[in-house]
Amino acid sequence: MSVDKDDVGQMAHLARLAVGDEERADHAHNLSNILAFVERLSAVDTAGVEPMAHPLEMTQRLRPDEVSEIDQRDRFQALAPLTQDGHYLVPRVIE
Amino acid sequence: MQWETVIGLELHAQLATNTKIFSGASTAYGASANTQACAIDLGMPGMLPVLNERAVQYAIRLGLALDAEVAGRSVFARKNYFYPDLPKGYQISQYEIPVVGRGHLDIDLDDGSRKRIGVTRAHLEEDAGKSLHEGFTAMSGIDLNRAGTPLLEIVSEPDLRSAAEAVAYMKKMHALVRYLGICDGNMQEGSFRCDANVSVRPVGQLEFGTRAELKNLNSFRFVERAIHYEVERQIAHIQEGGSVVQETRLFDADRGVTRSMRGKEEANDYRYFPDPDLLPLEISVEQIQAVREALPELPDAKRERFVSEYGLGDYDAAVLTSSRELADYFEAVVARSPDAKLAANWVMGEFSAALNKAGLEISQSPVDADALAGLLLRIADETISGKIAKEVFEAMWQGQGDADRVIADQGLEQVKDTGAIEAMVDEAIAANPQQLEQYRAGKTKLMGFFVGQVMKASGGKANPQQVNDILKARLDGE
Repeated sequence: MSVDKDDVGQMAHLARLAVGDEERADHAHNLSNILAFVERLSAVDTAGVEPMAHPLEMTQRLRPDEVSEIDQRDRFQALAPLTQDGHYLVPRVIE
Repeated sequence: MQWETVIGLELHAQLATNTKIFSGASTAYGASANTQACAIDLGMPGMLPVLNERAVQYAIRLGLALDAEVAGRSVFARKNYFYPDLPKGYQISQYEIPVVGRGHLDIDLDDGSRKRIGVTRAHLEEDAGKSLHEGFTAMSGIDLNRAGTPLLEIVSEPDLRSAAEAVAYMKKMHALVRYLGICDGNMQEGSFRCDANVSVRPVGQLEFGTRAELKNLNSFRFVERAIHYEVERQIAHIQEGGSVVQETRLFDADRGVTRSMRGKEEANDYRYFPDPDLLPLEISVEQIQAVREALPELPDAKRERFVSEYGLGDYDAAVLTSSRELADYFEAVVARSPDAKLAANWVMGEFSAALNKAGLEISQSPVDADALAGLLLRIADETISGKIAKEVFEAMWQGQGDADRVIADQGLEQVKDTGAIEAMVDEAIAANPQQLEQYRAGKTKLMGFFVGQVMKASGGKANPQQVNDILKARLDGE
């Protein structure tokens, strides 16, 4: 599997990264090399091996359904560039 | 050409937990903006999600009620996309291994038949926040109180063949999640939401047509209207030589149409991968068994019991079990006033009508089950007639006391004294000699006229059976 310039453009768009046209060929080359390297794993026979979702041999701990958080809106909003009436403001989005 | 409609629904049920799925922030509805959005909900760096135990129990409940497989091991995944109301840039959901696997739900169709609808899966995920576009100059406001609220997304198989079937399925699922106590089902507040995948194909064709996904269907009526519109649109488009595009369409309730949400489509590459912040969720056989033992009676079982235990017709049983609250109310009435048919008629009739008219929930009713039972007892022992009972009910609804008090205060007790009724009958006959003559000449239909006169004279309080008997005897000249 290899990656071309258009793939890089698409991935950059999905990740909201500004990747210039001249950089794309470079990235395509490097990413292809990484994929080729990982590809070598497919030589291993994985029949009967369950896909691993997490490297630790542990399972999810559960939390009781009790409110433990207090309202810290003012502290959080002090970090935000723009707020109004308790709302975080962002450039207008309309569906 | 004959067309067949194919529909699959994705229902989102907000779970009625006290806190978020991955944080200890409250989920109470209606709080001031962002006062219930903690560092985890805001996606602050370094924060780690911890799964809510109750959300897992609720998922198991639904799985058992749908006769589905509850996964012993399921995995949380990140669904990646950018939107301002999704602070982390991904939604934590489940992808390859959901907590609830294949199950089914039976729906009742108008012709009285039952149809089994397949449920593909149900998975746990977090809700997003809300974007508000009004009241901000050239900006949008973001409220993240809803961010992280636990959802169960319930995905059906494409087994539904009409808008009516889709609505029947949605209503059944809506009743089920409320019976189970896992979701309050409040559609105005967005606690129960629906997306519909709709396609058409010529009758007899095996492959499915290309589907459109309809969004913004936040009431049963909208679901029905949006599907009707979309089916017509797709058929017309195909007949004009076009082909349906796979896309998301938004239902515009004001205009009754669906509109394409172009532009969002290209972003539908969610690059799911297992969330490294969350370990696999393991559910033991013992946990499942504990939830199974605590399951309430489910709607279908309750309905069958209402038929066998109370001797109700299938229709009445279906109406009364349509919600757990109504079924509980009915059973509380019958517990004190055992005529089940009478109770059913009143609960489905006067009582439901009064609730609807006042726009109240059962829990807010001014006439509780005990009070209604008190009224029905007075009908059963003939203290009042069914007609007068409606007046008494109205007075009880207005807060004028219980049935016995209203009957006493307003002197509504039925007149059963034979002498008094005889006097009224004689009076009515004496006042209408012409009608008496006609009656005796063979116009026996006038019996009704005389009954009316006597009932009127008694203010509706005379015992109807006695009036009939006495009147008949007098008119026939005995």
